[in-house]
Amino acid sequence: MPVKRFLPLGIFALLALLLFRGLSIDPTALPAARLGQPFPEFSLPVLQTEGTVGATALDPRPALVNVWATWCYSCRVEHPYLLELARRGVPIFGLNYKDDNDKAREWLAQLGNPYRLNVVDAAGTLGLDLGVYGAPETYVLDERGDIVHRHVGVLDQAVFERDFMRWFPRQGSQGASD
Amino acid sequence: MIPELGHVSLIIAFVLALGLGAVPLWGSFRANVAAMNLAPTLAVGVSVFVAIAFALLTISFLSDDFSVAVVAANSNSLLPPIFKFSAVWGNHEGSLLLWVLILSGWMTAVACLSSALPLTMISRVLSVMGLIAVGFLAFSLLTSNPFERLLLNTPLDGNDLNPLLQDPGLIIHPPLLYMGYVGLSVPFAFAIAALLSGRLDASWARWSRPWTNVAWGFLSLGIMLGSWWAYYELGWGGWWFWDPVENASFMPWLMGTALVHSLAVTEKRGVFRSWTVLLAIFAFSLSLLGTFLVRSGVLTSVHAFAADPERGLFILIFLAIVVGGSLLLYALRAPSVASRVNYGLVSREALLMVNNLVFAVATIVVLLGTLFPLVMDAFSLGKYSVGPPYFNAVFVPLMALVMPFMTVGPISRWREDSTRRWMHELLVPAAVISVLAVLLSWFGSGAFNLWVALAILLAGWVVLGVARDVWRRLTQGAQGAPRWRRLSASFIGMTLAHVGFAAVVLGAVVVSQHTEERDLRMAVDEVAELGEYRFALKRLSQAPGPNYVADQAVFEVSHSGRVIATLIPEKRRYLASGQVMTEAAIEASLWRDLYVALGEPIGADAWAVRLQYKPMVRWLWLGGLLIGFGALITALDRRYRAQLSRSAAVTAAVDKQVLGLAR
Amino acid sequence: MRRFFLLLWLLSLPVWAVIETYEFSSPALQLRYHALSQELRCPKCQNQNIADSNAPIARDLRVVLYEQLEAGQTDEQILAFMVARYGEFVRYRPGVDRNTALLWWSPVLLLVVGRLALVRHLRQREVSEPPQLTAEEQARVRALLERRNA
Repeated sequence: MPVKRFLPLGIFALLALLLFRGLSIDPTALPAARLGQPFPEFSLPVLQTEGTVGATALDPRPALVNVWATWCYSCRVEHPYLLELARRGVPIFGLNYKDDNDKAREWLAQLGNPYRLNVVDAAGTLGLDLGVYGAPETYVLDERGDIVHRHVGVLDQAVFERDFMRWFPRQGSQGASD
Repeated sequence: MIPELGHVSLIIAFVLALGLGAVPLWGSFRANVAAMNLAPTLAVGVSVFVAIAFALLTISFLSDDFSVAVVAANSNSLLPPIFKFSAVWGNHEGSLLLWVLILSGWMTAVACLSSALPLTMISRVLSVMGLIAVGFLAFSLLTSNPFERLLLNTPLDGNDLNPLLQDPGLIIHPPLLYMGYVGLSVPFAFAIAALLSGRLDASWARWSRPWTNVAWGFLSLGIMLGSWWAYYELGWGGWWFWDPVENASFMPWLMGTALVHSLAVTEKRGVFRSWTVLLAIFAFSLSLLGTFLVRSGVLTSVHAFAADPERGLFILIFLAIVVGGSLLLYALRAPSVASRVNYGLVSREALLMVNNLVFAVATIVVLLGTLFPLVMDAFSLGKYSVGPPYFNAVFVPLMALVMPFMTVGPISRWREDSTRRWMHELLVPAAVISVLAVLLSWFGSGAFNLWVALAILLAGWVVLGVARDVWRRLTQGAQGAPRWRRLSASFIGMTLAHVGFAAVVLGAVVVSQHTEERDLRMAVDEVAELGEYRFALKRLSQAPGPNYVADQAVFEVSHSGRVIATLIPEKRRYLASGQVMTEAAIEASLWRDLYVALGEPIGADAWAVRLQYKPMVRWLWLGGLLIGFGALITALDRRYRAQLSRSAAVTAAVDKQVLGLAR
Repeated sequence: MRRFFLLLWLLSLPVWAVIETYEFSSPALQLRYHALSQELRCPKCQNQNIADSNAPIARDLRVVLYEQLEAGQTDEQILAFMVARYGEFVRYRPGVDRNTALLWWSPVLLLVVGRLALVRHLRQREVSEPPQLTAEEQARVRALLERRNA
């Protein structure tokens, strides 16, 4: 039967198409599991003041939640860009992940503070609930407080323009300020 | 100067390979003897120039020429010379060159040992291999040139070879593995040549068989070595992870197993012809697919070379041409060579068909599991992972399924047999081994373990069946012939391979079921117990190595009050890269391994230590050795050696007469 | 049925108890830890489970696993906890859902289809007799074979 003979070729053609498609996919990119869900509830201290806060403190929205630590080299690399974004009026909240308070305060004093608020997650429990697996990570919260995007790695202008413009249309270009 | 010479050498090889791929092939269709006769010469020419290029790259590494990019990226002046040598293939560009070197080696071997083959056939075989060489040489020259230079910013020293690769394993594992991978191109070339000529008879199978067996044997050895290397190098005591790169080498092996058996049938009985051709095409295709998976970055793996989608595209296009072309050829030519079914439902052919089926299913299952994350991602259905729990769950039953057939197979008759006869032959061994299985499982570990008992049952049955077969042949062979001559190399090889397989299965099951492990904190003068063994940490020390500094912990291991070994695991810090590596200490024996590895230091005088007791783990690799050597031995069989000394004319004449008689 | 398999599995436990760095309140928990730590994938690494990986996140997840086991969570609950935070990616044994159905059923399906095809193929055999050779032809065959084997 003629069709049967061409079956191996046909199956291979499908395989080749799949592999071709695979070349443009990044196998290591892991989207946030909590995508579309509200930011997890928490009750943690903040860096600069006394008392604890919860998810309601992450206001105004849309906003960015940036997971960082002083032991994280890439966080230092992206820090200037975060300052730039803050200057343009993007609300950025910090999640100080498994870090030391004194070191964190010193870091912010030295390098500048782009964060409206800095949640201290010393034990990493909030990070675990979010699905953090390595700093730096940046989450986008929409108006409702749902997680709508996560970027793992250094946040820079190129990444912002490519992925973040949906929620921050006016703050995308350089020189913009609110 | 030397790298430039190497580059030129590679270009010359490329041109010669182009000639090899085109001229003899064209000649074979025009019956142009002169063109066809060029094939062996061109094949040797390609080999010579590739060898020169490889030698020059080696010289660059050994002489610390850091103006060559790969040397700077993968070597270091402090690196011991033997590792400078193996660093040649410890990277993407160099390993590709090794690939081509081994391919040209196989080409030369085929060219020299095939005087008995008709000219048309041999010229086509060599041409096909030449075309494959063209692809890889083009890939190397265009995207992965090993002779690329850093003339502007020549570094003073190199980045050093990854410490994990600074090990004898790197010296042997890739070459052996590539011998197998690349060697599968030979049966592939034979299959293509056969399809082109429209003649797929028993003689084609007979020519292909020794090459296939040798290639498959090397692949078996290469995989086994990789497993052993991972075991002692990585520090966890694991020996197979179903990692995509491991699967990339395992799939050709699985398909190769089916091919080796299928070729036997085609040679002896002239049937399974289209099956065998397809298997030959698939086995090498899987080799190429493996090359793609490992170097394109499409799948995540601890083993992967630098992942580069651009290179991946090149390999994919090459893959599409080679595999697509051969499958198209198959689709167009196959019906003319399909064989009639002239054997019964109960026969050796049928059993080998079942074997083909199971191994083909196993290959597809591994392929599906390996590619599943990619499929899901490509269709945006989410990110999935498929790992050892899945593969073990589906693969082990398949192997268990095939094992009973391994006992029946060798005693079965061609064409027509009866299940009653099988039962009569094998019932007694089956009963004996069942009892033994229960007893041994109990005796070996002090408690009955169902899986171990099953493994002993299946493996033991295979061995008993094999032993019986050997005994039969020795005592009932042709009268007058000396005893040892009654066992042909083919038979001995098959026996060894089957026994080896049984040993692997048994070792795998026992070590999976009865491994014991302890993770604990130990300080000097502390003692830990693991089963019947006592591990005493005697002292901590430091020791320098050629290119590293090591923290050592000296353990004394005793059993029943007697000290049986001193184990010194290390934590090494490599000076050039700053990387830290665990070097496990292993006390090995046939029946058990004792394995000690250091974790992190706890304070100034204590370490986190992992102690492991691994029973019968060596059986895995000894079994693998038996499989590999068994396969290699079959190629020494009389009938193949007789082929070597004959000339093509005689073969043609004899074949014509024999074929004329058989209808 | 599950109890039968559990019994079977329990029968295969090694005799000697194994102690970990973590102090488990029962050997069964330790075994479950061992099994689950090999089923969970380190989200950050190049294809390693959390048992084998040195990455900080792997260490954190091991601690979480230990705590959850001690807290009395079942395997399914623990896996669900991990998946909620890291996605299906973190499971090396894919859960059985609509997407993975083909993956889990493929071995059986392939075997069944293969067997059907095989049997059908074998059934269409020609019941033919092997060719009968004349005495003269038999002599020729013998001579040729001797020449070949020489």
